[in-house]
Amino acid sequence: MSTEFKVSTMAEMMANGETPDILFWVGCSGSFDDRAKKITKAVAKILHHCNVKFAVLGAEESCTGDPAKRAGNEFTFQMQAMMNIQVLDAYEVKKIVTACPHCFNTLKNEYPELGGNYEVIHHTQLIQDLINQGKLGLEGSQTYKGKKITFHDPCYLGRANDVYEAPRALIEKLDAELIEMKRCKTTGLCCGAGGAQMFKEAEKGNKEINIERTEDALETNATIIATGCPFCNTMMTDGVKNFNKEHDIQVLDVAELIANAADL
Amino acid sequence: MSIIIFSILFITGFYFFSKNILQVRSNILLGKEINRTDNSSERWKTMILVALGQKKMFTRPIPALLHLCLYAAFIITQIELVEIFTDGFTNSHRFFKPFLDGFYTFMISFIEILSILALIGTIAFLSRRNLLKLPRLNMKELAGWPKNDANLILLMEIVLVTFIFTMNGADEAILNLKGSSYDFAVSSHLANLLFGGFEEHTLHVFEQIGWWGHLIMVFTFLNYLPYSKHFHIVLAFPNTYYSNLEKKGKFTNLASVTEEVKKMMDPSIDSFATTGNEGDVPSRFGAKDITDLTWKNLLDAYTCTECGRCTSSCPANQTGKLLSPRKIMMDTRDRMVEIREGIRKNGKDFTDGKSLLGDYITEEEIWACTSCNACVQECPVNIDPLSIIVDLRRYLVMEESKMPTELTGMLTNIENNGAPWQFSPSDRGNWINE
Ligand code: SF4
Ligand code: SF4
Repeated sequence: MSTEFKVSTMAEMMANGETPDILFWVGCSGSFDDRAKKITKAVAKILHHCNVKFAVLGAEESCTGDPAKRAGNEFTFQMQAMMNIQVLDAYEVKKIVTACPHCFNTLKNEYPELGGNYEVIHHTQLIQDLINQGKLGLEGSQTYKGKKITFHDPCYLGRANDVYEAPRALIEKLDAELIEMKRCKTTGLCCGAGGAQMFKEAEKGNKEINIERTEDALETNATIIATGCPFCNTMMTDGVKNFNKEHDIQVLDVAELIANAADL
Repeated sequence: MSIIIFSILFITGFYFFSKNILQVRSNILLGKEINRTDNSSERWKTMILVALGQKKMFTRPIPALLHLCLYAAFIITQIELVEIFTDGFTNSHRFFKPFLDGFYTFMISFIEILSILALIGTIAFLSRRNLLKLPRLNMKELAGWPKNDANLILLMEIVLVTFIFTMNGADEAILNLKGSSYDFAVSSHLANLLFGGFEEHTLHVFEQIGWWGHLIMVFTFLNYLPYSKHFHIVLAFPNTYYSNLEKKGKFTNLASVTEEVKKMMDPSIDSFATTGNEGDVPSRFGAKDITDLTWKNLLDAYTCTECGRCTSSCPANQTGKLLSPRKIMMDTRDRMVEIREGIRKNGKDFTDGKSLLGDYITEEEIWACTSCNACVQECPVNIDPLSIIVDLRRYLVMEESKMPTELTGMLTNIENNGAPWQFSPSDRGNWINE
């Protein structure tokens, strides 16, 4: 299923003498992970549907350096950051949207000191804006009407950047029933992937963190676990499989929920 | 005579306290510089809300209320202490009473009621710790001194309150003998209950025991504080004032690395040219020991109340990993005190071949952290265990190249192909046409 519309790269836009309103920073997961690519497509569809003039960097995008930084390798992080800043500045990028809270945090908070100053928003914030501006209507959508949905707060969106409301506002727009887990918002439990844990085995313990978190989600009896982070998505999906619940419970990104509800 | 004894007590008490404070200050200044003086209005606000207003305590209402009883009693009793000091220096009895009269009765009554609440709080705290054995207050990092410290201070509180009531109760009974009363809310009843039937002379002895006992407890407490987790009643204020005001997700960028990276990326900078002064000892990347941390990390360590809210919300700890953010703070403090003791005995260049990383905190602990910021969020006095963990990782990775093998692979991938996995950059746009 390819996107039925053209997604331009910055280079293509520039060649045509155009400038996009916003750069869609896809991130490594969103580019390479098969599950996360679907989230990427959902975001692209929403942007296209709302006539947002956006572009991606394509082959010119590179890891923000987040996992290197969290793992303690400041050299690799800053090399990545400086290279990315050169590219972004060459295209005179002003505004960035990303579907990955790790990219979001790094670009927004850690790039400015290294010379990269952009307005960075998370995709849930952008989608909320689009709905508020009336560019995306979900009225009468039956897709998720009355469905029980719980939202897992990504640490790098929630505690790290105090964004709790945008994803929840979107779920409410679906006319669904949002059920909070016992640990949510500021007290939300990590999925286990942050701080470069995604790329290594966990230390010795008596449980995997994603199992502990999936139990929180199962307790709500929700049939959909919504997230706003490709890593959380992976961890929660694995957690659900671990309980053999993958036929009863879906793990979806908020962008996918919206794209499905709007029938995009 | 009593003025002399009082003055000696007073001067020694405060002399040793100021000595302790200066010692603590110099311990904290073993840490590296970090600027936390910007935005003072926001800082005052944070201090008033978090330290004075105990905002973050109230996410757990029951301990918050119990703690509030002790805290309010502690603050308000200081007013009575001012009178005790004045009485001590002037050899008078209830110096403020004639000036304040009705308000005085109200004040002391208020203090008495708070003291009763504090007593209830203290007993509840002791039972939570020792009878209910609340998990977060009985983890293995608390074995030994930390546990005794916690109980000792609670017992001291009980003794202190007992002295207050002995003093006021006996004093009331004396006045009762003369057919009059102070009408203090609690001790006017105690006067009958406990002190009825004693002769005036005996009552004076009781009153004096209460008065001097109270005083001695105050000075003991004052000088015990710097060795105890209870130092937080003082340090919570500066510690919240110097809080990190940035978003929690923002990690510091190492300036020393920025310089190197700029040199590498810009061929016009002569990479062999020396920047900075010759003879500057290049500081380490990251932290191996106390002196590599910032003074704020060290202030954090002194401020930690060992309450374990951080650890009980830590995903790694909850799933049985070795990591406990509280232990990170306790280790930092213990190591800081150890170094300071060494310096005191052996001079400034003291080394003992030990270090925070390795001898106190193990690699296994720091690699278990997900950098989720739950510990930072939970801490009632705005301590940041995560920044210590990250600095220890930085040292391991950048100075010793020691890390879990999967991470070596991940880093190599980022360096080679700009992604943590082995994918070609040219495939980044594949999703568009798949
Ligand atoms: S940031 Fe690290 S130490 Fe703190 S709660 Fe999360 S996993 Fe635990
Ligand atoms: S760091 Fe904060 S939350 Fe953790 S034990 Fe110390 S005071 Fe409590």
